[in-house]
Amino acid sequence: MTTTIIWTIAIISGLGLVLALTLYLVAQRFKVVEDPRIELVEKAMPGANCGGCGFAGCHAFAESAVKAPNLDNHFCPVGGNDTMKQVAAILGYEVKEKAPMVAVVRCNGTCENRPKVNEYDGSLSCRVKATLYSGDTGCSFGCLGCGDCVAACKFGALSMDPKTGLPVVDESKCTACGACAKACPKAIIELRKKGPRGMREYVSCVNKDKGPAAKKACAAACIGCGICVKTCTHGAIVLENNVAYIDPDKCKLCRECEAMCPTGAIHGVNFPKPLDKDAVKARIQERQKKAREAAAAASEAAKAAAGDPVVNKAEVKVIKKEESNG
Amino acid sequence: MARRTFSIGGVHPADSKISRDCKLEILPTPPVVYIAVSQHIGAPAVPVVAVGDKVKTGQVIAEPGGFMSAYIHSSVSGTVKSIGPRKDLSGNNQVVIEIAVEGDEWVDGIDRSDTLVTEIPQDPKAIIEKIKLGGVVGLGGATFPTHVKLSPPPGKKCEMLIINGCECEPYLTSDFRTLLEKGEQVVVGTAIIKKALGVDKATIAIEDNKPEAIDHISKVVETLKAKSADFAGIEVMSLMKKYPEGGEKQLIDAVMNRQVKSGGLPIDVGAVVDNVCTALAVYEAVQKNKPLIDNSVTVSGECFPHQANLVVRVGTPLKYIIDYLGGVPESAAKVISGGPMMGKAISNLEAASLKGTGGILFLTREQTKRMPESSCIRCGKCAEACPMGLEPFLLNRLAKAGKTDELEANAVQDCIMCGCCLYSCPAGIPLLDIISQARGQVMGIMKARAAAAKAAAEAAKAK
Repeated sequence: MTTTIIWTIAIISGLGLVLALTLYLVAQRFKVVEDPRIELVEKAMPGANCGGCGFAGCHAFAESAVKAPNLDNHFCPVGGNDTMKQVAAILGYEVKEKAPMVAVVRCNGTCENRPKVNEYDGSLSCRVKATLYSGDTGCSFGCLGCGDCVAACKFGALSMDPKTGLPVVDESKCTACGACAKACPKAIIELRKKGPRGMREYVSCVNKDKGPAAKKACAAACIGCGICVKTCTHGAIVLENNVAYIDPDKCKLCRECEAMCPTGAIHGVNFPKPLDKDAVKARIQERQKKAREAAAAASEAAKAAAGDPVVNKAEVKVIKKEESNG
Repeated sequence: MARRTFSIGGVHPADSKISRDCKLEILPTPPVVYIAVSQHIGAPAVPVVAVGDKVKTGQVIAEPGGFMSAYIHSSVSGTVKSIGPRKDLSGNNQVVIEIAVEGDEWVDGIDRSDTLVTEIPQDPKAIIEKIKLGGVVGLGGATFPTHVKLSPPPGKKCEMLIINGCECEPYLTSDFRTLLEKGEQVVVGTAIIKKALGVDKATIAIEDNKPEAIDHISKVVETLKAKSADFAGIEVMSLMKKYPEGGEKQLIDAVMNRQVKSGGLPIDVGAVVDNVCTALAVYEAVQKNKPLIDNSVTVSGECFPHQANLVVRVGTPLKYIIDYLGGVPESAAKVISGGPMMGKAISNLEAASLKGTGGILFLTREQTKRMPESSCIRCGKCAEACPMGLEPFLLNRLAKAGKTDELEANAVQDCIMCGCCLYSCPAGIPLLDIISQARGQVMGIMKARAAAAKAAAEAAKAK
C-alpha cells in the first residue's frame, strides 16, 4: 500500500519535472523578443482600450508609438497631455501639448422646441432609424434620440435626459475619445476644445434647411440669418449651408453672438455669470452706431478729397455724347 | 400537376386584395406637381429647364446624369416655378422640379388615342433608343432604367424574357387591373421587349389568385398569335400564390428553375425580368411616343372607404391623391407607400408621387402594432422563411456586434428586404430594420473596395 503511494507521488512529480523542464526549454527557444519599451508605454496608458487614439487598443498604440519616428500621429485623448508626457519621457521624444477636448451635442431639439410630427415604433437604434427616414420630428438633421451615443460611450459620460430627449455629456467623465461622434448617424456630436475653465461658445444646431423650414421644425434652430456673423468682431463665425459654425480657435468668448441670436441656437457653457443679453446688445448697438458715424465721416472726407462726384458724372456723360456724335 | 413556385423560403400573408374590383380611373391633374430628378436607381437626372420656362406634357425636363440614369419628362403643361430641395416621403431633402399646371397641352407627336398598334418595329437598337427617350424605368419597385436592362453586356445571352405579373404584395391591385384593362397593350409591350432582346421565348407569369387575369391574358395572347408572327413564343404561366414570388430571383427560380448566384444578375442565367406595368410603359413609349409620365397607383386599406386604382401623373402630391378620395380616415395610424411587406412608411404626406409609386396603403393601429420584442429563441423560423437562403437571426446578431466582415461572409448583401424574416419571427425582433441597415453599410464598404481596386488597377496600368 505504502509503496503504491510512494511510487505514485514519485511518478507524478517526475513527470511534472520533466514537463516543466520541456516547457522552459521550449519557451527559451521560441522566445518572442519584444521591445521592453512597449510594455513600459502600455503601463503608462490609461488601459481603457477604447480605440479613441485610432488604434485597436492601448497595446497597439504602444507598439506603433515605439516604432514611430516622432509622436505627431499619436495622441491618447483619454490620458491627455499627462499621459503623453510620460510616453514621451519613456521614448525620449518631444511632445506637443494639445488642448483638452470634450464632446459637444449640437442639437437643441428638446421636446418643447421640436414637436413630434409622427410616431416611430421601429428598432430603438439611431443607425437603423436614420436608414428608414428623417426622424419623428420635422427636422431631418437633428438628434434621433435612440441613444446610440450613450451605448457607444465606454466611460459612462453620456446619458439621455428624459425631459429633453437629448443626450447629456458629463464633462468630468468625457475623455474625448470620439466614440459617440462616430456612432451618431447624424454627425451631431463634435469634439471641441474644452476652453479656458471649461468656458466655450458653440452653435447648438446642424440644420441645413432654409430659415423658415428650420424654424418651423424647431423653435431653437439656427435659421442661417447671419446676425452672429455680422456681430462677431473676431471673424470666428462662418455661415455655410444655412448653418453657422463658431471656430473655437478664433472665438474670444465675448458672448455677443449668443446675445444677438434670435432663436437661442448659440449656447455658452460654464461661464461664471449668466449672460445679460440687454447689456450686451446695448454695447453692440453703441459700437455699431459709432462705426456708422465713423464710416459716414470717412466717406464725407473722401468725397471732399475727390471733388464733387455729381459734376464729375455729368462731365463724363457729356464727353461720351461727344464721342458718339463724332 | 403541382403548382409551380420558387424553391426556398417564402411566407403566405393574407392577400387582402380588397380593391381588385376597382377599375382604373384617371386622376384629375393636380394644380402643381413636384417631379424629383432622382426617381430611378443610379445617377440623378440633370434638369434642362430653367425657372420660368413654359413646358408641355411629355417634354423632357431632365436628361440622364450618367450611364445608369433616365430621362425625366414633364407630366403636365405649365410653368416651372422652382428647382430645388424639397422633403420626400421620408422627410429627406431631394431635388425636385416644381411645375404650376396651366391647361393640359401635350407635345406634338404623342398619340393619345386608344387604338391598339400591333405592328412592331423590327430594329432592336431603335426600340431601345425609343425606350431610353421615353424615360422608362422598371415599375416593379426597383425603378431600374429599362434601356440598361435591355442592353445585356457582351458575351451574355438572354434566353427568356419573364414578364412579372405576380403582384405578390398584399393589397396592391394596380398590376392586376392593368392586366385586365390594358392586357393587349401589355402583350404588345412584351413582344417589343422580346424583339429588343432578340429572344424567342417570353413568359407572362401570374399568380393563381388572379384567375381572371390569367384567362384574359391567355385569350389576348391567342388572338395576337393568330394575327402576327411577332407574338410567337409568348406563353402565360400560372404560379402558386406565395410571397415574395415577384422578387426577380424568386421568379426566375419559379419559371425557369434556375438559381442566380450570390452577387449575380438574372442575365447570368439567361433571364430578363420586367414588370407588366413596365411592358405597358414600353408599349406606350415605342408605339405611341408617350413617355413615362403617369403610372397606376392602388389606394387601399380596410379603414379606407374609397379604395381605388388610379392612373396618376408623376409628381402628384400624395395629399392631393388622398384628398381626391376623401382624405385620410380617422382610424388610420400608418400610411405606407407601396405594399405592407416592402413598402415604406410615409412621414410626409406633402411629398409627391414618383415613377415607382405603386400604392398608398392605410393601416390602423391594431394592424401595425409591433409585437413587444423579446429574446431570440433560435427557432429558425426566419431562416426557413428567407427566400434567399440567409440566416436572419445570425445576421441580426452580427449587425448588432458591428462585424461587417462576417456579415459580408454570410451574404447580407444578398438580402432583398422582403421582410419574410420579420413576418415570421415569433419573438417580434425587428430583423428587417436591423439587417437592412447592416446591408447598406456592407454594400457601402464593398462599393468603396471595388472603387479602390479599380483606381489601383488604373494606376498600375498608367505605370
